[in-house]
Amino acid sequence: MTYAFFLGCTIPARSRSYEMSSRKVAEKLDFELRDMKEFICCGYPMKASDQVSSELMGAYNLSLAEKAGLDVCTLCSSCASYLTEVAYHLAEEGPKRDEVNKRLSRLGLEYKGDTKVRHFVRVLYEEVEPKEIKKYFKRDLGDLKIAVHYGCHYLKPSEIYDNFDLADHPKSIEKLVSMTGARVVSYAGEQNCCGGPLLPVDEKTALSLAREKLDAVSDVGADALCVVCPFCSVMYDSNQKTMLSGFGTKFDLPVLYLTQLLGLAMGFGKKELGLNMNVVKPTQLLKKYFI
Amino acid sequence: MIENIPNIRAGLQFGHEVAKQLGDVRLSACLMCRTCTAVCPITRLNDSFNPFRFVRLALFGYIEEVLESGLIWLCSNCYACQEKCPHGVRVTDLMTALKNLGIKTGHVPREVRLQMNIIKDHGRIYPIDEFDNKKREKLSLPSLPTSCEAVSTLFHENRE
Ligand code: SF4
Ligand code: SF4
Ligand code: SF4
Ligand code: SF4
Repeated sequence: MTYAFFLGCTIPARSRSYEMSSRKVAEKLDFELRDMKEFICCGYPMKASDQVSSELMGAYNLSLAEKAGLDVCTLCSSCASYLTEVAYHLAEEGPKRDEVNKRLSRLGLEYKGDTKVRHFVRVLYEEVEPKEIKKYFKRDLGDLKIAVHYGCHYLKPSEIYDNFDLADHPKSIEKLVSMTGARVVSYAGEQNCCGGPLLPVDEKTALSLAREKLDAVSDVGADALCVVCPFCSVMYDSNQKTMLSGFGTKFDLPVLYLTQLLGLAMGFGKKELGLNMNVVKPTQLLKKYFI
Repeated sequence: MIENIPNIRAGLQFGHEVAKQLGDVRLSACLMCRTCTAVCPITRLNDSFNPFRFVRLALFGYIEEVLESGLIWLCSNCYACQEKCPHGVRVTDLMTALKNLGIKTGHVPREVRLQMNIIKDHGRIYPIDEFDNKKREKLSLPSLPTSCEAVSTLFHENRE
């Protein structure tokens, strides 16, 4: 299986551990994530300011993948959500697509409406048999209690996602985590947003939202919080430091990308998975496996 | 409160004008159940932010007031309200449309405008430089382009 690998802007610059661990997991499962140097930002951050331009950026990326004959695979939930949304709006022929194509023709491109967009986690969930994935597992993570944060954009807006999982009662990430042997623990407010988009506008509210979840997850004694989006990780991992200085609250709760967990189960080393790059060091957790 | 705002009729007229710019967000389907507000994570922390109120104010045409308050930028675009509205009002899409109008009328936080300009210039919110590529190389990750021609071709003539 080959996908056009959509890294987006945040991951290659700020969340390299997510990129590294995802590449490792994909390699192991024999997925080709093909690098596409021409890809630009998905357009999502411009949606609030200029929807016409943001849709154009999305369509540009989709048309590049289409030209390469590939579907798109993203790691960031916002990239997934936004590109899926643009593909959804441009799936049918009509004035909207004509407008976009008029611009794309400047670059010799055209979007015909055929590109599918998939979050890497969705690919793992839908296209890899549990039996298949378990063949590659070398460590049993049965000693770990993991809390899952789905975040908003992995499954919302639900109308664009053809119900591959339920936005209200999702289970795809839990299923993947459970395959490693780890126990998934539930906590209060699982569906709550991390507050990330608010960070530049109102830091205090943003951090308060993130803190609520860290509180709830700590209360149930989870060894780590599992995320699938770089922005969620910034809110819960990087900002634990800020919370210590701002609110005087110390959590010391490791935040791991799902791909880091799967990579651990596959027997990869700490550095290969970028686990040394996490802000909150998962030292205790790794010790359980003599890493 | 909405009840206290004078000139409902003047507002309504203006409302028809801007309704077009808001797109098909189905404001008139609202039955005032306030579910949107009940599920909004921002309202929980700051009760001056209230999606139900935005729906009503937009319906009655008080867009200027909404934009001037600057409150819309607190919306995290989490879709909780839109997913839960029992009457199909596109509450999150309304918030996005309001933000777009905010840019047009100059009611926008500096950070948002800066971000928009960076993307239009570089094609990325975090442009890649040689230093980034060195770090990537050390981690055996492929290097990425440090500039982007495509965005200027795509955007010229609708630049800010
Ligand atoms: S969601 Fe954000 S990081 Fe991802 S590509 Fe889009 S803009 Fe860039
Ligand atoms: S939880 Fe936060 S960062 Fe994650 S998708 Fe939702 S808004 Fe974005
Ligand atoms: S949930 Fe829908 S119907 Fe209820 S108040 Fe909000 S917009 Fe109106
Ligand atoms: S999308 Fe905005 S208004 Fe709606 S629930 Fe989320 S933060 Fe509140």
